[in-house]
Amino acid sequence: MLQYLAKRLLLLIPLLIGITLISFVVIHLAPGEPTDIQTQMNPQASAELQDRLRVQYGLDQPLYVQYGRWLSRLVQLDFGESFATDRRPVLDKVLERLPVTILLNVLSIVLILAISVPLGIVSAVKRNSGFDRTTTVLVFTGFAMPSFWLALLMMDWFGVRLGVLPISGLKSLGYEYLNWGGQILDRISHLILPVFISAIGGLAGFSRYMRSNMLEVVRQDYILTARAKGLSERVVIYKHALRNALLPVITILGLSVPGLIGGSVIFETIFAIPGMGKLFYDGVMMRDYPLIMGILVMGAVLTLLGNLLADISYALADPRIRQSGQQEG
Amino acid sequence: MKRFCLLRYVLLFAVLLLAGCNNNEQASLPGVEESLTPEYGDTFIEASIGDASVLLPVLASDSASSSINSMLYNGLVRYNKDLVIEGELAESWEISPDNLSIVFKLRKNVKWHDGEPFTSADVKFNYELYVDPKTPTAYAESFRQVTRVEAPDPYTFIAYYDKPYAPALISWGMPIHPKHLLEGQDVTKSPLARNPVGTGPYTLVEWQAGEKIVLESNPDYFEGQPYIKRVVYRIIPDQATQFLELQTGSLDFMGLSPLQYDRQTDTPAFRRLYNKYRYLAFGYTYLGYNLRRPLFQDKRVRQALSFAINKQEIIDGVLLGYGVAATGPYKPDTWVYNPDVPRYDYNPDKARALLAEAGWEDSDGDGILDKDGQKFSFAIVTNQGNDLRSKTGEIIQRRFKEIGVDVKLRIIEWATFLKEFINPGNFDATILGWTGGPEPDSYNVWHSSKTGPQQLNFIGFKNAEVDLALEKGRRVFDLQQRKAFYDKFQEVLAEEQPYTFLYISEALPAVSKRFRGVEAAPAGIRYNFNQWFVPKSEQKYTR
Repeated sequence: MLQYLAKRLLLLIPLLIGITLISFVVIHLAPGEPTDIQTQMNPQASAELQDRLRVQYGLDQPLYVQYGRWLSRLVQLDFGESFATDRRPVLDKVLERLPVTILLNVLSIVLILAISVPLGIVSAVKRNSGFDRTTTVLVFTGFAMPSFWLALLMMDWFGVRLGVLPISGLKSLGYEYLNWGGQILDRISHLILPVFISAIGGLAGFSRYMRSNMLEVVRQDYILTARAKGLSERVVIYKHALRNALLPVITILGLSVPGLIGGSVIFETIFAIPGMGKLFYDGVMMRDYPLIMGILVMGAVLTLLGNLLADISYALADPRIRQSGQQEG
Repeated sequence: MKRFCLLRYVLLFAVLLLAGCNNNEQASLPGVEESLTPEYGDTFIEASIGDASVLLPVLASDSASSSINSMLYNGLVRYNKDLVIEGELAESWEISPDNLSIVFKLRKNVKWHDGEPFTSADVKFNYELYVDPKTPTAYAESFRQVTRVEAPDPYTFIAYYDKPYAPALISWGMPIHPKHLLEGQDVTKSPLARNPVGTGPYTLVEWQAGEKIVLESNPDYFEGQPYIKRVVYRIIPDQATQFLELQTGSLDFMGLSPLQYDRQTDTPAFRRLYNKYRYLAFGYTYLGYNLRRPLFQDKRVRQALSFAINKQEIIDGVLLGYGVAATGPYKPDTWVYNPDVPRYDYNPDKARALLAEAGWEDSDGDGILDKDGQKFSFAIVTNQGNDLRSKTGEIIQRRFKEIGVDVKLRIIEWATFLKEFINPGNFDATILGWTGGPEPDSYNVWHSSKTGPQQLNFIGFKNAEVDLALEKGRRVFDLQQRKAFYDKFQEVLAEEQPYTFLYISEALPAVSKRFRGVEAAPAGIRYNFNQWFVPKSEQKYTR
């Protein structure tokens, strides 16, 4: 197992370099440079200013030199400084936005699982029942609905008309003056709408997935055996079927690890949440190469690690895979 | 201090820039008439579309940073409510009879936020900072006109010019940075970018990236402590969200869109909470023709296209009537505006006649004009993200079709738009806007020497009369004389129609009724922010 892990980890390195190389080239292929945007359409900015900025940013060098410089800083875990006018280190800019993004994404995944797993099970068990059909329609409506539109409707309803929830942001203005209980309540009330909105689109996928897994498992011989033994339907479903049906969900969870640091621009814009999505989007619009590359690298690392994690946990959860792995190793 | 930047966020800039007023709609009880004594306290909360980037004015080029910087720093001079230049850090000034030097007498009671006194050495340092080739600033140009500066005593500062330069005085309105904290340092790495020290009415107390920026009034401000204790900028990137926040009363100020102003705020609940104001903003939107293209080289063709556009229809449709038709680069309520230039009111027949005169006829009967086998067909490009411009383009497209001109509309992402279309001159026509200010010098946009790559006269307009008027206009100080040059400039532009000047939009701010002392003036409404106050009984945020 350790050997397998080491091999997998080593393989990640060339893969990661490949990913950064392609990203780097693609980003520089996009027309426009950060210096264009900072100096253009401003009569006071002379052409020398632009040249000077290009030298300061190292944009006057050939692309392979730029890539080499960037990569050599990266291996020392230095993501460089942003090309935005604030010139802050990329890592700082990412780190100050990461906690809220992760918090929202974790909460949203928990909510999705908490709703869609039971929903999927019941739908499978009571296949083609009224409940099954209704939930199918509902979750797909949630999936199909533009989230920005739903968000605005709910902000208007709960925030303006009923006045029970805050509309945007993460904290109220007087947050500092609240006692700790009030602070927690304030935080929670700000999170309700964003978490709900970001979860609603994910319900359809997960619950349908759960449902089809369950249907698949229920048809297996060992379920028949369990029933033949005279076990109650409850034990058959929740003890024997559910465990097996949950296996593929692990894979999906592993794959959603990189999604934890990714945000949605539209969603963050509407709720005025300073998250990763908006940071990345603004970076792209400003052609802030170090920032874009920094976020892409982190995303790539997490994607690769997520895949690895999914494989490993799969092996841990499923004795069949574990055994075949041992035989090979 | 004249600064043009592209009008990308029409609403945002409209609120931020100093702007003149032609109308003011107040629902009830204008606060000024109550004659209350101003009281200290309360918090003013407004929203900003984007986070500030750097709180050093010399480096900042985004509107969020600029509007916060204007609360933290001062210049030597500023525009007053009637757009007349008055002293800020300068007590008085004297321009020499030959117009080649300005002697500023500085205020003596000014302190930096950290307690150090402000002196002429700071001003001298700022001049050096702005013109230093190592400083990546977008504001060096007007200081490059200065030949040398002197600081003979701590409260006297002299700037010398080798040629009279009319925008000289207002160019000293650029914010002054503290010498004692910046001297000998790399300004791009200065910690002041996030912990600014200025002389202004407010100081920074908190900056949560992407979330909010909090300012607090400066008790030692040289014009007296502002009444409003705290100013909070909440970063809310979405206009719809801002508007929802406004409706709950959690914002005290917002620049409304025409739709919001007209249709969505006409409720008793809204009127109870807010006063709405409207005034013409500085800046105009235009359709610019690439004069390097053979298609647009005939003046009659450009005039015809201007006649074919119904400006009022665009104002009614796109701005819901909250704007006026532009006849040139200046807005009607300024001293420099020339009302007697040829106007191009909607007249399709005249447009067709002019095109026929220029040789454009529909010889093959397909509804599109042609000449020498060439169809009259071109593309209008504009940038993505500005709804007003794309809608304007669609209306123009239809009107051009009616006179037999085929137009395609292309909307392109900003960076690509500049790099691939505007810079290399690779476009037929473009819908864009300029924002300006009270200073009329438009040398950089219209002079024939500014037609090079990446310069602002990207349509390639070259006209000897305009060149002369612009050169003379920036060299005389007397307003009467200046006006004569700019009148001529506007006449030639109106005749030549290198742009079809489309419209000037209005700024439509809403301000919470708690705030008294808000008075619309030619400079807009924010010029006297330090005198705004909330009566004790109505103060909402007491901590």
